[in-house]
Amino acid sequence: MSALALEGVHTHIGAYHILHGVDLVVPKGKVTMLLGRNGAGKTTTLRTIMGLWRASRGNIRFGGKEIAALATPTISAMGVAYVPEHMGIFADLTVRENMLLAARKARYVGDLDEDRLRWIFKLFPAVEKFWTYQAGKLSGGQKQMLAVARAIIEPRELLIIDEPSKGLAPAIVNNMIEAIQELKTAGVTTLLVEQNVNFAKRLGDHVAVMDDGIIVHNGTMAEFADDVGLQQHLLGLAL
Amino acid sequence: MLRRILSNDMPRSRWLALLLILLVLGLAFAPFLVPGVKAMNVAAKIVIFIVLVASFDLLLGYTGIVSFAHTMFFGIGAYGVAIASTTMGPGWVSLAAGMGWAIALSCLLAFVIGLFSLRVRAMFFAMITLAVGSAFASLASQLSDLTGGEDGLTFSVPAIISPGFEFGKPLFGVALDGRLICYYLIFGLALLQVLAMLRIVNSPFGRVLQAIRDNEFRAEAIGYPVIVYRTMAAVLSALFACLAGGMLALWLRYNGPDTSLSMEIMVDVLLIVVIGGMGTIYGAAIGATIFIIAQNYLQDLLAVVDKTSGSLPGVASVLSPDRWLLWLGLLFVLSVYFFPTGIVGTLRDTPERKH
Amino acid sequence: MTETEIQSPTSPRARFVRPIEFDMRPMLLIPAIALLALPLVGSPSTWLTLTLAGLAMGMIIFITASGLTLVFGLMDVLNFGHGLFIAFGAYVAGTVLAPLVAWTSSAELWRNLVALGCAMVAAMVAAAALGAAFERLIVRPVYGNHLKQILITMGGGIIGEELIKIIWGPTQIPLPLPEALRGAISFGDASLSRYRILAVCIGFVVFAALAWTLNRTKVGLLVRAGVQDREMVEALGYRIGRLFVGVFVAGSALAGLGGVMWGLFQQNLIPQMGLQVNVLIFIVIIIGGLGSTTGALTGALLVGLVVNYVGFLFPALTQFSSIGLLVAVLLWRPQGIYPVVGR
Repeated sequence: MSALALEGVHTHIGAYHILHGVDLVVPKGKVTMLLGRNGAGKTTTLRTIMGLWRASRGNIRFGGKEIAALATPTISAMGVAYVPEHMGIFADLTVRENMLLAARKARYVGDLDEDRLRWIFKLFPAVEKFWTYQAGKLSGGQKQMLAVARAIIEPRELLIIDEPSKGLAPAIVNNMIEAIQELKTAGVTTLLVEQNVNFAKRLGDHVAVMDDGIIVHNGTMAEFADDVGLQQHLLGLAL
Repeated sequence: MLRRILSNDMPRSRWLALLLILLVLGLAFAPFLVPGVKAMNVAAKIVIFIVLVASFDLLLGYTGIVSFAHTMFFGIGAYGVAIASTTMGPGWVSLAAGMGWAIALSCLLAFVIGLFSLRVRAMFFAMITLAVGSAFASLASQLSDLTGGEDGLTFSVPAIISPGFEFGKPLFGVALDGRLICYYLIFGLALLQVLAMLRIVNSPFGRVLQAIRDNEFRAEAIGYPVIVYRTMAAVLSALFACLAGGMLALWLRYNGPDTSLSMEIMVDVLLIVVIGGMGTIYGAAIGATIFIIAQNYLQDLLAVVDKTSGSLPGVASVLSPDRWLLWLGLLFVLSVYFFPTGIVGTLRDTPERKH
Repeated sequence: MTETEIQSPTSPRARFVRPIEFDMRPMLLIPAIALLALPLVGSPSTWLTLTLAGLAMGMIIFITASGLTLVFGLMDVLNFGHGLFIAFGAYVAGTVLAPLVAWTSSAELWRNLVALGCAMVAAMVAAAALGAAFERLIVRPVYGNHLKQILITMGGGIIGEELIKIIWGPTQIPLPLPEALRGAISFGDASLSRYRILAVCIGFVVFAALAWTLNRTKVGLLVRAGVQDREMVEALGYRIGRLFVGVFVAGSALAGLGGVMWGLFQQNLIPQMGLQVNVLIFIVIIIGGLGSTTGALTGALLVGLVVNYVGFLFPALTQFSSIGLLVAVLLWRPQGIYPVVGR
């Protein structure tokens, strides 16, 4: 059963044809890793799913509904949380305001779910420590924590994160993995783009590999992790 | 031969070619076709405005820059001639000196504005030129010792182009006097300037300008220093506007802040270039002609309508000849939406019947 | 901003309040320039009058400019016809005040203020309605195309000005101040115009209201976030298009209010009044930094003060003084005083 399914998706950016017919299935309630070299089209795929770039051809189905032609806010309101590569932190706002913004149902800070907030503070201590600071003053890794914290402050059906482990200390990476696994038990579907294959192996249930704008491999993480030859073939050199 | 004169920029439309031929012939023989002082005045104004609007098209249509300081250069040219003729006395020397100073000042100002502002986004540049243009207009009124203030400067021109100079018996009812010579002098100069502008926009330089207008990043990436080209376009555009100003002062033998520097003229130029067709030069010609004729004769027509509809109060004020800017404004907005290529562009796009 | 609203109970660190660092330096320019002008002007009483005039003028410009800078910051749309809302608001106010002559000619301040209040509300409502129409018909079709925006908003402004001439006539209409607001209060040797004091007060109220809305409400939060990163706000699930219309309409209403105050400042209504202020507004929002209301306030007060001081000391240079200030500020901070981060 798939939460998200892409079928024959093409994306053009100006004159450049980036996605050449992407077929991707993201199983419900599981963590899917999207791997691939730089420039393979991974970020473009995520942006196309979110409606930030319009697919020129193909279908995108989320929860049974066709979303390829919908506007970004509509897609997001259907229960999708998105963390872009550049994190999308509002630098002039405080950490607190960033979190409030991400919580669509909350009108004031008092409306935020206390238990949820406590859970997030435990996983990402920087968010608590710099609660009243301007978000722009945080370091790269701290911003990354904030970005992911924002995505999980309210329950969502689908979590899409572009490079979740970038710039994070190993201890925090563990916290991140713990968070996503906890969400998984709550039934959240996760789609992650990753460069760090070891992180991917630890967390992913499924893996899709992208190259030159198409998916070149799709299968379970278990098979992928065992087949070293396949990994080297698909991902080039470094592991 | 014709191709070479027009720098290979043919009308490319039967209707347009017809209109242009009518236009050139009409202006060439205007003093004889429609006798009278008013007609010649209107014709001279058309000729001058064609140059002014074409110079603005060079900046807006071909380079993609919106500048609200354009009439500043028009005014500098006009004041150059006016001030020189007033302080140095009438004569060809003072005309040359006045134009010389005006051109130098215009080019310098255009260069400075270009260098300072063209680095910034289009919005910024438009806002800054709006501020500078307004400030300059008020400066002209302030420096009344030099510019005659609000009253302006009245002066004489060299004898041969003055009304008093008669060189023959009236021909076809038209007096052969200095006014006629002045008209043909301006007509000739204007023709040369328009052809020069056609040459510029169809040259490799002109093509680079258009490339910059269409995709600045790409042009820069290919290797063209965008700021240099834009500044050059600004300077050239200012130069032609300045010359047009000089011609205006020469014709009117008067210049004041409202004659050449006002924001009204700037707005008129903007409207004309868009309605006529941006990026065509011919659009300036057609647009300016229609505009000036309308400005002078349509008001009479509207006045007639005004009288007949006098009983209906609302209609009267809407159709009042003073409110023609309303209709022009509406036409302008509609042009931007539906006819972005203007009259010329629409004529060119109209498929023609094959003979 | 009271940080004690945090609902995080566990960590004691949550109680340490660290206020947002605010760059005070540009705001200090305001008293700096005022003090600089004092020795130049010479007489303290004249200086006081000029300073008040400058602050009042600055406040009025701020009120009209605040909407424009937010609209630009939020949606990258610059309305060259913004002056239309100013003029329209002023004219509507004039029409509303005419039948209220009994209240405006009364010497009782409260009656004057009520009449003025009615006029201001009417002006804001009218300008807001016009703004909504303007956004729908003129601005919305040309989102994203800067060149067309400049042209078409200018065209809209021209059409609007002509419509004003049709409705109210092309000649100037006097707009006298209500009785109790005329004249000045004496403060030692200085005469402080009553109306200007009111203008400064109203300006502060508007700024306070804007600051509160922007900093304490979720809508304000959305606007501030949208000014920095529109795309991300959409990705978080908010329809920023609707927000924009709201901001545009609010900005038009504020322009209308500013128009009333400008009209009373000049005691005169002319159809071109929008254009007159337009140039100053643009200068102010560039100085302040596009998208920043604090910047608009600082810029407006600076421009108001500078124009008034220069107008007294070197009258011929008055029009150039604002441009000179613009150049000076841009040389110091090319993005404006309080640039919005992320652009």
